[in-house]
Amino acid sequence: MTWVTRAALMLGLGFLYAPILVLIAYSFNASALVTVWGGFSTRWYGALLADAPLMAAAWVSLQVALLASTIATILGTLAALALERHGRFRGRSLFTGLIFGPMVMPEVMIGLSLLLMFIGIGVDRGIVTLVIAHATFCTGFVAVVVAARLRGLDRGLEEAAADLGAGPMRVFLTITLPLLAPAVLAGALLAFTLSLDDLVIASFVSGPGSTTLPMRLYGQVRLGVNPEINAASTLLVVLVSVFVLLASWLTARRSRV
Amino acid sequence: MRAGAPGRLFDRLVRLPPLLWLAAFFLLPFAITLKISLSEPATAIPPYLPVLDWQGGLEGWSAFLEALNFDNYATLASDALYCDAALGSLAYAAAASLILVALGTPLAYALARAPARWQPLLVALVVVPFWTSFLIRVYAWIAILKPEGLLNLVLLRSGVIAKPLILLNTDAAVIVGLVYAYLPFMVLPLYAVMNRLDPALREAAADLGASPTRVFWTVTLPLSLPGIAAGAGLCFIPMVGEFVIPDLLGGSETLMLGRVLWSEFFSNRDWPLASAVAVLILALIIGPVVLFRDSLRAGEEGRP
Amino acid sequence: MPDAPALRLDNLTKRFGTHVAVDAVTLALKPGEFFCLLGPSGCGKSTLLRMIAGFEAPSSGHVRLGEQDLTALPPHRRPVNMMFQSYALFPHMSVAGNVGYGLKGLGRAAASARVTDLLRLVQLEGFGDRRPDTLSGGQRQRVALARALAREPKLLLLDEPLGALDRGLREETQAELRAVQRRLGTAFVVVTHDPEEAMMLADRIGVMQGGRLAQVGTPADLYRRPASRFVAGLLGDVNLIAGRLGSAEAGDTRAVQTAHGIVRGSATGLPEGTAVVVAVRPDDIVLGTEGLPVTIADTVFLGDRLRRTLRLPDGTVLRSSGRPGDAQDPVGSDIRLGFAPADAVILPA
Repeated sequence: MTWVTRAALMLGLGFLYAPILVLIAYSFNASALVTVWGGFSTRWYGALLADAPLMAAAWVSLQVALLASTIATILGTLAALALERHGRFRGRSLFTGLIFGPMVMPEVMIGLSLLLMFIGIGVDRGIVTLVIAHATFCTGFVAVVVAARLRGLDRGLEEAAADLGAGPMRVFLTITLPLLAPAVLAGALLAFTLSLDDLVIASFVSGPGSTTLPMRLYGQVRLGVNPEINAASTLLVVLVSVFVLLASWLTARRSRV
Repeated sequence: MRAGAPGRLFDRLVRLPPLLWLAAFFLLPFAITLKISLSEPATAIPPYLPVLDWQGGLEGWSAFLEALNFDNYATLASDALYCDAALGSLAYAAAASLILVALGTPLAYALARAPARWQPLLVALVVVPFWTSFLIRVYAWIAILKPEGLLNLVLLRSGVIAKPLILLNTDAAVIVGLVYAYLPFMVLPLYAVMNRLDPALREAAADLGASPTRVFWTVTLPLSLPGIAAGAGLCFIPMVGEFVIPDLLGGSETLMLGRVLWSEFFSNRDWPLASAVAVLILALIIGPVVLFRDSLRAGEEGRP
Repeated sequence: MPDAPALRLDNLTKRFGTHVAVDAVTLALKPGEFFCLLGPSGCGKSTLLRMIAGFEAPSSGHVRLGEQDLTALPPHRRPVNMMFQSYALFPHMSVAGNVGYGLKGLGRAAASARVTDLLRLVQLEGFGDRRPDTLSGGQRQRVALARALAREPKLLLLDEPLGALDRGLREETQAELRAVQRRLGTAFVVVTHDPEEAMMLADRIGVMQGGRLAQVGTPADLYRRPASRFVAGLLGDVNLIAGRLGSAEAGDTRAVQTAHGIVRGSATGLPEGTAVVVAVRPDDIVLGTEGLPVTIADTVFLGDRLRRTLRLPDGTVLRSSGRPGDAQDPVGSDIRLGFAPADAVILPA
């Protein structure tokens, strides 16, 4: 590596990480003022745990993320199979558009249109509408991760299984699914993370009593910098980092198989 | 598996659930939004007219269709606020995309040239912030940019400036926020393309007497253009509808469509107009989506 | 297994859009035969194999095994197994898991005993618990073979079975493959692009060209009696001398008028006056005092052989292969070239 590429790497990664590190550092600041370093303290983490509305919001987010990522994982995996393994079919381009549309569509539009529909058909807003909305926009991400793995999978493996007498269902259960498992799990982790993180769509489709963690944080952020949010952010960053590292480890492992 | 009836039934069962789900929760809501954008606001529940009378039969339908109009779009076209917001969205997104290309290209190149055993770790390091809470990453910049924030503190202490600069709630803050939030979107597809380039091409250019700089400009960069296009497209499209960044980092005069939609909906409760803004956003990004479709597909493979 | 049902292909055709990948192939295998489909890449041999296995549906025609019509059966219902070019070993299963995959319904004990037998057959006893990625290329190839044989197929299809092996290992494995085939008596159909490999392995070879079966015969048949210039050139070095066909003589022997004199070879069914080439293998050429006039352009010593490059007065380049002891005439000398009529085949130009 030349010094130029080394410098580009350091500056780039520095730019990506500095703001997050600043945030983490402040979360341990005993002083409530950003400009003053009042010594190391975990008092804001204590305050966080005692903040009942925030904890309630975190619980809502967790439930929604768990349910939405489960649905998105099933739908996304099926979508990837349809796109990569089941070849040409009528309406394929519509299908592709439906899968990948929610990924490029601005969140305000997804949120608004889903809300208008929920109101139109008279569905009460709450956890159910949150789960539906999140599962809808996460499906495409799961499909991308799983489809990439499927493309790398030797088609001969499935043919060999069929050749050895396995019907389509047995081929899927004993060959395709086990080999796909790391990607499916990685997709599930990413869907979970996306759901946990979403603010905009949730703001539209949540109802009274189903405020999510990002919505709660956003409400407070608008009022200014607050050390308690720093602590909450730090926890969220650590949690998500663990998930993402786990997911990329799962995806990296596949190349050896 | 292509031959035989059981296989074909299996194929159909596989694609049915995602198809039905997305038709119900992605396609149908859009149709409803489009319809409401052609309605008039009303102080009722739901707050728009006409409401389709399902029991009215054919007459109900024709009454419903006659009541639809383009008034909301006329409002969008005549009111400078919306035109400015549309132009503003495009301008912010375009400026940020250009800066992203300028910053992302060297970073992606550095990643692609890093020793092979370090690359998975370095790529993971780029991916982690990408998935880390968007809101928190934007929030972090408030702590840095506000008048009594870290950046002003450092500049004041070091004597570069005498009094705090106004950084937060400016156009610059919005651009910084956009660039920061979308950098991984730019780097990953670009890295994927650069990483696949045959190293022998670089070596051949060097062997023919090209300096490292010339190799970069004449070989690496031209061959990386699909990745640059994919990255720029992946960033530009969602940035046009961005809400959180202009809302938290921008000033009151920062006009972007996502923010206008939000305030029409939540503050003014003008659902038909908010729907018309949503359709306008769709109209603005549909061009780039179609234009970049192929490179986006290539770029998706570079995603985590 | 003399009474085992044999493969029959009837007018088997596969079109992809307007491209005809396999063009009306009709072929009958003998029971227990080792058959090779030989041809350059893109000649349709792999598509033909995949139609027999059931991975491609034919556009028209039939695949039969004895009296049973396989054409409409999906791959998992066919009593035919395939060894894949990439081996397609399941990476998430052990060697025993791979070999035993097709033995579902046999019962645990019986399946396990069968796996042990198969591993012994391919000399991999004790490898059952290993993962495919811990095996060498040659070992993987043998696992793939054992797995494909597990269901006692009536016909085994092998797609470039040795393609992934390096040269030394290849020759050893060719011998092993033949030994296994002899022992089991199962009919094998091997696809390969390597003529040497085809000649080494096969009882009979089918040469494919442009989706059609150009010629079917034993290796010696194809080498000595090629039906076309393509087949002649595919199976080794050949000299082609252009001329015009003369009248019939004793048996198949015909005279050919070339620019430099008359030569004789054997031909069937060609009318007098046809533009032809006389195909002669380099080792059938006799240099001496009779025949066509040639100049020795080059001589190369190859240990067991002496290879000469010869030039006819019209510039046509020919090669001969002789014993090193024959080396007498220096480069540049003019001599004469002949061959026995039985060693030369007359082919349409």
